[in-house]
Amino acid sequence: MTEQRTDDTRKGVRRTVARTLVALAGMFVFAFALVPLYDVFCQVTGLNGKTSNQAEALVHEDADEGRMVTMQFITRGSPGLPWALEAHTRQVRVHPGQSSEVEFTFENLGDEISVARAVPSVTPSEASLHLRKLACFCFQNQRLAPGERFEAPLVFQLTRDLPDDIQTVTLVYTLYRQDAAPSPGSGKQVQGGDA
Amino acid sequence: MASHLPPRPTAQQNQADAGGMAVDEHHHYGPRGLKRWLLTTNHKEIGTLYLIFSLTMFFIGGIFAMVVRAELFQPGLQLVEPEFFNQMTTMHGLIMVFGAVMPAFVGLANWMVPLQIGAPDMALPRLNNFSFWLLPVAFALLLSTLVMPGGAPNFGWTFYAPLSTTYAPPSTTFFIFSLHLAGISSILGAINIIATILNLRAPGMRMMDMPLFVWTWLITAFLLIAVMPVLAGVITMMLLDINFGTSFFNAAGGGDPVLFQHLFWFFGHPEVYIMILPAFGIVSVIIPTFARKRLFGYASMVYATASIAILSFLVWAHHMFVVGLPLVAELFFMYSTMLIAVPTGVKVFNWITTLFRGSLTFEPPMLFALAFVVLFTIGGFSGLMLAISPADFQYHDTYFVVAHFHYVLVPGAVFAIMAAVYYWLPKWTGHYPHTRLSQWHFWLSVIGVNLTFFPMHFAGLAGMPRRIPDYALQFADFNMVTSIGAFIFGASQLLFVVVVVLCVRGGEKAPAKAWDGAEDLEWTVPSPAPLHTFETPPHFEPHRH
Ligand code: HEM
Ligand SMILES: [Cu+2]
Repeated sequence: MTEQRTDDTRKGVRRTVARTLVALAGMFVFAFALVPLYDVFCQVTGLNGKTSNQAEALVHEDADEGRMVTMQFITRGSPGLPWALEAHTRQVRVHPGQSSEVEFTFENLGDEISVARAVPSVTPSEASLHLRKLACFCFQNQRLAPGERFEAPLVFQLTRDLPDDIQTVTLVYTLYRQDAAPSPGSGKQVQGGDA
Repeated sequence: MASHLPPRPTAQQNQADAGGMAVDEHHHYGPRGLKRWLLTTNHKEIGTLYLIFSLTMFFIGGIFAMVVRAELFQPGLQLVEPEFFNQMTTMHGLIMVFGAVMPAFVGLANWMVPLQIGAPDMALPRLNNFSFWLLPVAFALLLSTLVMPGGAPNFGWTFYAPLSTTYAPPSTTFFIFSLHLAGISSILGAINIIATILNLRAPGMRMMDMPLFVWTWLITAFLLIAVMPVLAGVITMMLLDINFGTSFFNAAGGGDPVLFQHLFWFFGHPEVYIMILPAFGIVSVIIPTFARKRLFGYASMVYATASIAILSFLVWAHHMFVVGLPLVAELFFMYSTMLIAVPTGVKVFNWITTLFRGSLTFEPPMLFALAFVVLFTIGGFSGLMLAISPADFQYHDTYFVVAHFHYVLVPGAVFAIMAAVYYWLPKWTGHYPHTRLSQWHFWLSVIGVNLTFFPMHFAGLAGMPRRIPDYALQFADFNMVTSIGAFIFGASQLLFVVVVVLCVRGGEKAPAKAWDGAEDLEWTVPSPAPLHTFETPPHFEPHRH
């Protein structure tokens, strides 16, 4: 191999390596950048069924008397948290534009003080942009002593621009522990049932 | 069977021509024994290390699969606890993907890429040594989780969060660390392969003169560079969620488990092509050799490979049709997935057209390559069925998916690796593999593979979920056939080891050009290839494509 070629080759190799390293770093950063991008994307499109985590103002509009939408409430517990969450009404029929109130009851069935939060999710996800919560227990953590019961209202409005093909909106609340989160690493907890 | 093979090129005939290329081996004064292997920077020795490592992992992962199949032989729980069953399916998948298939291809690249492009070694020999030795460390760590409290990872090779974060066994941190090491190893390997191919080709060899194995590996290496960092990112996020209280994937803290799936499959789908593109290259090299014709459509093969690689970034959500994607996304991912079948079809067409009117002979590498074409195509078809998103609502997470990906991976990727081993063993060892035994290995493997995976289609269509230790009675017959097939396939791989060991130790001597129709540069150096080849770049004459 001539000296010339060795030199050229070495330079070429160094350039290739430098470029691939830059690409690698770029892709690693890109992977992390996808997280906020995904969140923004979902916020704009409502695609992951998340709702705003602060109270929103009522949109003043006349209720669309000609249209009825079924609003369903589902509540779920989570393993390692001895709480019950119940909606007083499982299902209400509302006119788009109108605001309604539904009561929920939290109860701590365990023998320790614990802190948890009900995290909402909307199906179909397209409805999440049109569901406004004027008041909700889901904006903050709840702290319950053993045996304590706690009633809290959800005040919501489905705005009139809810797409026409949506007849039923399901709002699911899942309770998640917020103090001593179930320690990762006790694989057994998977077996725990839903509340 | 054996008697129908044509006479082989005689030993004297080519060895003499090739003599000029040979370099005196005795100037290698490096360390000996264990240290020699630990410190080697020679691409051939490192290639051998990779291949031995991969074979070892193939058997370890294979034993786990045998445990799974033994438990599923009959309905009911007989042999293992469900918790352990889950660890077996998970470890089987992880080891086969990251420990067996990927390192085997890297090993083949190490051995053959420099020889096929006329380079003296890989561009970065010391890095090469490092990337290999990361692997035994990574997998020793991964295997050690089996004896840790709480057991090994049990959440499937796709490690969906929060199963792999909030609800995972304590060993998950070790799993993440070992995957990081394996990932770094792949990345370094990819850098090395790209640097070698782009800079060290023999004078006169243009990109479009490179053998297809080199081409497919170059494209695979780019895929690795693009997606391994994403995998590293995902498992880093898991690590943060588990140990530092972040909530990337934890809904309780405002995170989103579906985000995990998007990130994982953004890596995961290109990853499945990482495991198949080099196989395409191998088959595209072997078929023309034993058809004694040029490859039909060389350029279209290159473009098809590149388009598959690019498209593979646009289809990831076909693994997520049931997570609740909006309609437009279901449609987009359905059509983009089906689009991949077009370049894949081009490849199958080119292989078949190469065979058409060729002077075919059926040496062991050719047997495996032909089985690849047929059986991989079956896997491609079941993939197309899964791509139909409304149908996938039914098929998802059933044994139909298991049947699909095993058809593309076992008689696909694994058969291609075996074809490559049979094809290049004469170059590596200087001996032909024992014909009769190789044929036995081939036929037992083909029968075993089909007995194992074909009934899975039916079990899946009938609704049997994947990743379960027990099942409803109506699936009993399919599962028994599958288990019997799996035992046949597993046992016949011992024969493969016998063939390789026999071939290393002796056998019919192979000349430099071991196969009649073989044309690439590696066949101009003596067999076995001396430790150092192409120290002076060979004269390359572009003629074929
Ligand atoms: C024509 C080409 C292909 C098409 C259309 C296709 C399509 C699909 C689809 C739609 C799924 C998701 C099924 C589900 O989970 O419900 C899937 C799964 C899978 N495919 Fe393919 N595929 C193709 C080729 C390949 C190849 C070449 C490989 C690898 C060598 C591969 C490996 C896999 C794997 C590993 C999975 C399952 C992953 C898991 O959930 O564990 N596929 N394929
Ligand atoms: Cu895929």
